[in-house]
Amino acid sequence: MVKIHERKFVSADPDKCVGCQICEYICSWTKEKGFNPLKSRIRVVRVNQLANMAVTCRRCEDPPCVAACPRDALTQSEETGTILVDMDACNGCGWCIEACDYGAIMLHPETKVVHVCDLCKDEGEPQCIKWCPEEALTLVTSDVLAQKARISAVRKLFQEAKKKK
Amino acid sequence: MYGYAGRILYVDLNTGKTRVEKLSEDYAKKYIGGIGLGMRLWLDNSKASVDPLSPKNPLVLTLGPISGTIFPTGGNGHAFVAKSPETFAIGEAVAHGTFGAEMKRAGYDAVIITGKADKPVYLWIDDDSVQLLDAAHLMGKSPSETEEAIKEDLGDYYIRIAAVGLAGEKLSRIACIINEKTRAAGRTGMGAVMGSKNLKAIAVRGTRDIVPAKSDEFMDMVKEFHERMKGPATQKYRTLGTPENVLVHNALHCMPTRNYNNAHFEGAEKVSGEVLNEKFVAKIIGCSSCAMRCEHEVVVPEGPYKGTMTRMEYETLWAMGPYCGIDRLDTIIKGMELANYYGMDAISAGVIVGFAMDCYENGILSQKDLGGIEANFGNSEALIQLLEKMGKREGIGDILAEGVRIAGKKIGKGAEKLAQHIKGLEVTGYDLRCLKTAALGFAVSFRGADHNRHGAYAFDVKGKVNRLKAEKGRGKMVRDMENLYALIDSFIVCKFSRGTYYKGLEDMAKLYSLVTGIEMTPEELNKSGERINTVARLINIREGLGRKDDTLPWKVMNMPIPDEGPVQGAVVTQKELDLLLDDYYTSRGWTVEGIPTAAKLKELGMDSLSKIVKGKQEA
Repeated sequence: MVKIHERKFVSADPDKCVGCQICEYICSWTKEKGFNPLKSRIRVVRVNQLANMAVTCRRCEDPPCVAACPRDALTQSEETGTILVDMDACNGCGWCIEACDYGAIMLHPETKVVHVCDLCKDEGEPQCIKWCPEEALTLVTSDVLAQKARISAVRKLFQEAKKKK
Repeated sequence: MYGYAGRILYVDLNTGKTRVEKLSEDYAKKYIGGIGLGMRLWLDNSKASVDPLSPKNPLVLTLGPISGTIFPTGGNGHAFVAKSPETFAIGEAVAHGTFGAEMKRAGYDAVIITGKADKPVYLWIDDDSVQLLDAAHLMGKSPSETEEAIKEDLGDYYIRIAAVGLAGEKLSRIACIINEKTRAAGRTGMGAVMGSKNLKAIAVRGTRDIVPAKSDEFMDMVKEFHERMKGPATQKYRTLGTPENVLVHNALHCMPTRNYNNAHFEGAEKVSGEVLNEKFVAKIIGCSSCAMRCEHEVVVPEGPYKGTMTRMEYETLWAMGPYCGIDRLDTIIKGMELANYYGMDAISAGVIVGFAMDCYENGILSQKDLGGIEANFGNSEALIQLLEKMGKREGIGDILAEGVRIAGKKIGKGAEKLAQHIKGLEVTGYDLRCLKTAALGFAVSFRGADHNRHGAYAFDVKGKVNRLKAEKGRGKMVRDMENLYALIDSFIVCKFSRGTYYKGLEDMAKLYSLVTGIEMTPEELNKSGERINTVARLINIREGLGRKDDTLPWKVMNMPIPDEGPVQGAVVTQKELDLLLDDYYTSRGWTVEGIPTAAKLKELGMDSLSKIVKGKQEA
């Protein structure tokens, strides 16, 4: 079983994300051979012009979406952490959507069952990361995210200390 | 059809009825989409001499064949076309963002809006469901506030909206239509046309897939262009952005300053793109499918306008800055925000303030006329006060909101000469006295004074020609650029990506063919560019315009550049303008009066429109 620390997911750097939706376009193209943000497993949020960020599945430990499903249609892959959807069992009731804190599991507009990021397992690598023109998306573990946050916090601290001198 | 949705939506605001008709493949190939298709559809759906603010002036919204795809910048544009209340000629304006892509996914290439609603409404296009909803609660709101309110009303935060502000509601002739807070279909007063129809906003949700005809080859081309978008062709837009022009133009003495009294601004260093980026730019964002980013978001960090946030580009910075003699970036940013708040074309709004300041300094407008404002050049508070008055149409603002041409006539006492416009549209940030290729481009532009119909300033600014000389050969240069720019605005792709088409029309023809599946050669595409410019010319002829209107602002022809330096004394004489016009008309195959000949129309497959020029082609 993969431990939480090794589980990777796609994370967007809000400083780099410009809200261009190329991740949405390439996701729907890869999965469905059509350009349509509604069919993308990653969605861009622009809260205002300064706040842009793409959001997708975080592959949580004890994922609430799985726990919420009344039909046992969702399971988490022990190997990769991916949320697996049993298309026959899912009836699109939406309990998992309500349970997800990130809005990362969504109802497909045509099949009416839920869909969620699988890191493009058939392509070998997440296409959104490959295509993002700003290099805002990366495949990370929680540990790496924490490391990055620490480094940038300390760097900032020292820059400010320098300024004060 | 691929690329095209194949459908045109008709909305009659008189009756509330809507219908859908097929887009013909003939129109698609001949007029492409965007402004080209829009102008042809406007011509088909209007009668000569229609009053721009009457219900009989259709407002046409169009997308392009590339809209909704992942192609860099190609997914995200839309255009509005109608007769302009500023120029009384064909008006059109393009905007980018995400609205256009959403409209394409809703399944339309064009929306033709006619009539006038009996009370304020907004149009809600939800795929095939089209409704007119009550907009009483939206009146007086800014486009941005309107957007937020409609999203709440309809309960979907991914709905895309284009709206007018108070300026559009009050039929200001410089009113624009804004989507996503900062993206404006700015020029020629399209917002006033929308306002005259009692139409506050257009909201859209589209759920269809967009699929190109030849998807494998298309995706290869996308990959190639993603690389090009990272290269030198777009570097300026990704870094300093268009405000880089401030110091470039100022060094060349081609930056109109204080309402064209000067061509050089002593305060340029304070309002440069460099300072803007260092002190004010907080984030650079991109439109849907862009693959670079250009939209410089600025935030005022301190002072009376602290916290003001808006987008900033050269033209608007120039209009509210150097053109008014103002060297304070915080005030310019506040001015830009006000233009977006009221929904005014920020270029025209700045130029109008510059005009009012000139009138004040010449004693044509008194402090009393201006409601107590001391409108000297350089008075940054006066800029803000005058913009507020224009936005609300209060006091002098009511007259100024008519644009400089009409305001100049109403004010009189020589104000007409201070009104710097072409065909009624306010000038942009290029001093035409010392940029003579640009001067020709501006003079013949079918939507009036504008750099975006041809980009001919590039020859002058980059030193590819002697910019002070009017000579034969410039006509052909302007013609070719006009054809290209018309195509860019018809596809619709972004002009900031134009440099990535290394092979020019060959690349564009390939893109068109791969997306639509309709075979297109570079030669045919160039013909389409020519056809689009010709249909615009035919409309303007039908509306009574001609050679007499292909002219330049009064100061460009009568007030030589006074500033000491490389272009002192430069001016465009009538003789020079005539030489340039003759050369251009000849290169277009038009008569000396600027009328397309029957033979030319036949060559372009436009025979059915020859009735417009009948009896006018002699001489």
